Amino acid sequence: MDLTIIWAAIIAIAVAAYVLMDGFDLGIGILFPKFRVGRERDAAMNAIAPVWDGNETWLVMGGGGLLAAFPLAYAIVLPALYAPLIAMLLALVFRGVAFEFRWRDPDHRAFWDFAFFAGSLVATFAQGVTLGALLQGIEVHDRAYSGGWWDWLSGFSLLTGASLVIGYALLGAGWLIWKTEGALQADARRFARPLLPALLIALAAVSLATPFLEGQYWQRWFVWPGLLVAVPMPLLVLGAAFMVRRGLARGPDWRPFLWTLIIFALSFAGLAISIWPDVIPGRVSIWQAAAPHSSQMFMLIGAVVLIPVILGYTAWAYWVFRGKVGDEGYHAHGDH
Amino acid sequence: MADGDTALILARAQFAFTVSFHFIFPAFSIGLASYLAVLEGLWLKTGKDHYLDLFRYWMKIFAIAFAMGVVSGIVMSYQFGTNWSVFSDKAGPVIGPLMAYEVLTAFFLEAGFLGVMLFGMNKVGRGLHFTATCAVALGTFISAFWILSANSWMQTPVGHTINDAGQFVPAGGWADIIFNPSFPYRLVHTVIAAYLTTALAVSGVAAWHLLKGDRSPQVKTMFSMAMWMAALVAPVQIFAGDMHGLNTLEHQPVKVMAMEGHYQSHPDGAPLILFGIPDSTAETVHAAIEIPKLSSLILKHDLNAPLAGLDTVAKEDRPPVGIIFWSFRIMVAIGFLMLALGLWSLLARMRGKLHEWRWLHRFALVMGPSGFVAVIAGWVTTEVGRQPWVVQGLLRTRDAVSPLAAPAVGASLVAFVIVYFSVFAAGTIYILKLAGKAPQPHEPAPDHAPIRSAGITPAQAVQEGE
Repeated sequence: MDLTIIWAAIIAIAVAAYVLMDGFDLGIGILFPKFRVGRERDAAMNAIAPVWDGNETWLVMGGGGLLAAFPLAYAIVLPALYAPLIAMLLALVFRGVAFEFRWRDPDHRAFWDFAFFAGSLVATFAQGVTLGALLQGIEVHDRAYSGGWWDWLSGFSLLTGASLVIGYALLGAGWLIWKTEGALQADARRFARPLLPALLIALAAVSLATPFLEGQYWQRWFVWPGLLVAVPMPLLVLGAAFMVRRGLARGPDWRPFLWTLIIFALSFAGLAISIWPDVIPGRVSIWQAAAPHSSQMFMLIGAVVLIPVILGYTAWAYWVFRGKVGDEGYHAHGDH
Repeated sequence: MADGDTALILARAQFAFTVSFHFIFPAFSIGLASYLAVLEGLWLKTGKDHYLDLFRYWMKIFAIAFAMGVVSGIVMSYQFGTNWSVFSDKAGPVIGPLMAYEVLTAFFLEAGFLGVMLFGMNKVGRGLHFTATCAVALGTFISAFWILSANSWMQTPVGHTINDAGQFVPAGGWADIIFNPSFPYRLVHTVIAAYLTTALAVSGVAAWHLLKGDRSPQVKTMFSMAMWMAALVAPVQIFAGDMHGLNTLEHQPVKVMAMEGHYQSHPDGAPLILFGIPDSTAETVHAAIEIPKLSSLILKHDLNAPLAGLDTVAKEDRPPVGIIFWSFRIMVAIGFLMLALGLWSLLARMRGKLHEWRWLHRFALVMGPSGFVAVIAGWVTTEVGRQPWVVQGLLRTRDAVSPLAAPAVGASLVAFVIVYFSVFAAGTIYILKLAGKAPQPHEPAPDHAPIRSAGITPAQAVQEGE
């Protein structure tokens, strides 16, 4: 078995795990100003407070894993996407500390709430721009990035940035529908309704624009056997969207979130089909960027043993905080 | 100055700035996590409530420090690629897996159990909660293990070959790389430093409240515990530091020459320069106060042992002497002040006056932040002392930098400076605000815990039902 393929799969799974898990808590940040000051905001924050740090660790896993398994790709992509990545990191600083700081400083809670919102929005947008810039192609010469500092900026990358903001916001609304009740849950349902068609339009726009970028995408999707996937994919997304829509109207509270996750998973599979087997589309394949066999093997032993353990205790942590988050009396349990 | 040189200096400034800021938080949270585990363990064992009060008191501070450590740490995991892409490409096959193991064995462990530790006391029961606290503490230590292994490999690289693409690749077993020659020493010295830093911070807070006249069991207990640490661990740290220095002399002698300010070789016994003003142009230390032959005695255990100086090293291979000459002395001076504090506290304890001697408390208060200063000074010594290499003797820092234009690096540096100073200053103020209030009997838990879940009886009801 080719270790390089296994490592490409592990990193793809880490990135997918990041998008699915940090996606909903960034989404709650994006929606944050829409919630009423006081109990609604407190409950929205509490719905993710115990798990956000674990969710964000998958981002470190994606970055660290890329350095370890595909160092050449890491060395080319990060300078190429310098501005959006630095913006993302700084935005994550603001939103990460806001989880603690807003409780510690009631006098400036409005400021930290804004930092939480703006940090979440900028981080999400920067991640979307990063994806778009990667898809549209980056200049590589002699094992290094050779383009300019604004190459990442294009209509397409702004489109992917905006699309991800819409997508994460929908995930966040879905999480709140599942984890809260009362006025906050009703608000989350209300926000989710227009976000769903907006996400479909954004996905359609990105999907239609991608094949017209330079490179392999047209071949990949519109020439047999790509058509085998290209035809049913939109139908599957529409089906999942229908289930989200139904879930918003009735049925168990977890349904909108779960089906939004499925829309994300389908989109992610589409991306994988577009890019495979490159790590930098059209430039560097996974085999060209791969670390030597001994590095991959050493890490694989750890990954095979540890990733199931990690998934186990992460699931346990989610299980501990299962059920609805209360929206009353945060001071209740400590003060007695 | 050529644009490339400017970009290099800005990239170095950015890494130095972001890693120094980041290092402060783990230095605190490694020690604090273990302290919390000890406090919770003592509470479970003895059933004495003031341990629980102290646990909750420091956990609130830990939550803030940990959050700042997380967000500044994520920045570090991307700095290697954004600003040091050539280093990432060349050294990635060796240090990448070490960092991947750090994520797999430490970061997930900490993050996975942190939520339960902060918010889960009433959800999972005492035993499981204690397990979560220990898991977080263990995670902070494992994290130090891997990142210091990676750093030590850059200081004392072994176990690799260089492939056709110019990359460092593993030559044989990974044990050679992980347990490279400087790693055991650096790990012991750094982890003890983290414990001491935390102990000094705890004693500083306790001393503040003692000076304000608070003699509660909570305050007395934390002062006493921290003073035991200072008295017992400071001497151990001085010994560990000496061992680390001897290891450095063996593997990175140029770094030691710069630390000592030895521009000239001394064929029959080198002096220990206590203070002076190093001048790299004139290759001398002005106004030096020195003790003859003591340096040879410390480093070689022989008064007349010859010691080579920087005059044996090509100019382009020398580190900047001024910075590390001073950072090293600051670290050592603080180490001995910690020892003095520990010994003084022993004397006070023997006389039964540990919680009475106000000058001891004043000294402890002043020493409260000293651990952070010492940690940064030590880090500067070892990192700047490795220059001009990023991988000692094999890859120069100037050859490892990303192909970035100076304005891009400069703009991001300015952004990091503004954001870090404002955000982390706010966090520090919040920590000081919490520390300014003394721990109370029935110290409240973090007041923003999600409190109710389906199928679980609210904590309040449990307590009222008891």
